Amino acid sequence: MIARLLEGISPRALLMLAALLLVLLAAPLFAGDYLLTVLILILYFAYIGQSWNIMMGFAGQLSLGHALYVGLGAYTAAALYVHYGIGPWLGLLAAVPVAALAGAFVGFLAFRFRVAGVYFAILTIAFAEFARVGFDHLNFTRGSAGLFLPVTQFTHNDLWNLRGHPAMFYYILLAATVAALIFCRALLQSRVGYFWLAIREDEEAARAAGIDVFRYKMLAVVISAGMTSFAGVIYAFYYNNLFPEQVFHILRSIEIILGPIVGGIGTLFGPILGAFILTGLAETVTAALGALGVDIPGVKQVFYGVCLLFVITALPDGVWPWLRARIGLTERQK
Amino acid sequence: MSALLSVNGVSKRFRGLVAVDRASFDVAEGGIFAVIGPNGAGKTTLFNMIAGMFPPDAGTISFASERIDGLPPDRVCRRGIGRTFQIVRPFPALSVEDNVIVGALLHRHDVGDARARAHEVLRRLDLYDKRGQRASSLTLPDRKRLEVARALATDPKLLLLDEVMAGLRPTETDRMVAILRGLNRDTGLTILLIEHVMRAVMALASRILVLHHGAAIAEGPPEQVIRDRAVIDSYLGVEAIGA
Repeated sequence: MIARLLEGISPRALLMLAALLLVLLAAPLFAGDYLLTVLILILYFAYIGQSWNIMMGFAGQLSLGHALYVGLGAYTAAALYVHYGIGPWLGLLAAVPVAALAGAFVGFLAFRFRVAGVYFAILTIAFAEFARVGFDHLNFTRGSAGLFLPVTQFTHNDLWNLRGHPAMFYYILLAATVAALIFCRALLQSRVGYFWLAIREDEEAARAAGIDVFRYKMLAVVISAGMTSFAGVIYAFYYNNLFPEQVFHILRSIEIILGPIVGGIGTLFGPILGAFILTGLAETVTAALGALGVDIPGVKQVFYGVCLLFVITALPDGVWPWLRARIGLTERQK
Repeated sequence: MSALLSVNGVSKRFRGLVAVDRASFDVAEGGIFAVIGPNGAGKTTLFNMIAGMFPPDAGTISFASERIDGLPPDRVCRRGIGRTFQIVRPFPALSVEDNVIVGALLHRHDVGDARARAHEVLRRLDLYDKRGQRASSLTLPDRKRLEVARALATDPKLLLLDEVMAGLRPTETDRMVAILRGLNRDTGLTILLIEHVMRAVMALASRILVLHHGAAIAEGPPEQVIRDRAVIDSYLGVEAIGA
């Protein structure tokens, strides 16, 4: 199994990966509070980007509503905690199935009735919007007033209840990102991975090659949604408050997909690199504008947008395929 | 020899236009069966019904003594019918090898086994040396052979070929003919092909069906069919007899 996973990765690439992992493992020891917050955000987006990439990058199904799965995961775990005192790890056992089921429902409607391409994307937006409006009126989760998790002054890290120092969240997200990377590689090298790529490339030809397209598209949505919901659980316990207006908002869904797009859709390392670039860029812009004393509303967004536009125009396949060639690494051609 | 594929009174109309009109024929196991006819004769429509792209309006299609009409394409393929598309449809961003591995994974669960099978097929189709290239970078003749390779990798009992010679130069046509003949001879693979290139049809087919306006106007061994008056009038033309 491990030999299979490492197959085709050059020693050089492994070394670089190990070095990066070491740096990330040591980071909280040196990083200040602010930098740690930024790193948490980066890993959060790297993990979700990886999950979203399974649907879009592997199976070719564009979801513009992944905030739905983040939100369902967050709300499920948070509500269980607030109402019944059930901890987040047990909550995860409910959150993942809830999100996966929602994914299965969206997928079933779309794939059963041959809703494809942009129409599928619109359907995914629609369901995230349903959730946003629905949760606004759901008393169980306190509606639009927001669901708050009790915050106590922490004296020690309580991993079981996810109460503690940001460094704990950092390590959990780092572990999740590494696990997601390994899992995605295993998927890509498996039978399912080949079928997904075939479907992404040409659904009709995939069908003619005997692939049950409906089944494998469903699998992609369910896995992607389930994985995404874990990030939602972490989100809930990290921020301690949930508002439907925020978690299900379409802007959240867009944020999720920018990383993999900038990093390289369909690549394994693209979502991770994209998260570093985007969050890094946003923070740099904020810092630079602050240093220059510029305080015009919206200027940050404009500057961020221009930088993004530049990256996407210059490297339409994403930064990772370009960088990979530059530093002499090869990921299996897909 | 028994019939592997049996088409009985199959019809299909599109908005009142009769594309295929009560076509019936049997493809013997181990044979190479060609369907010829002018453009618009209904060849591809007939083909698509066999492959499961859409069901016939009337009639039945049986494969290995089981009804397959109305089954979706993936299930038809899993029963043992591999197909190519008239306009080739490789998976463009995948390597040549991965294209064929996808086909080979249909009846294999281990990627290593599928890769071994893919290599075998690629060698047969003269694509082994190009296995690392992206499919989108291939020339048309190579892409046509890749299309056959992918279908072949699914281990079909019957291979449906939709104009695999179209657009090929004569030397390429001969190469494809040799490959198909070798497959038929060595593995007993049954082949049903739609073809315009008479040079290939005559070199390959053990039996020919001629469609005209959706209806079968002649069927038989090649020598007999090309001398058929109706076939000459509707399709081949008088000069062709000398060929």
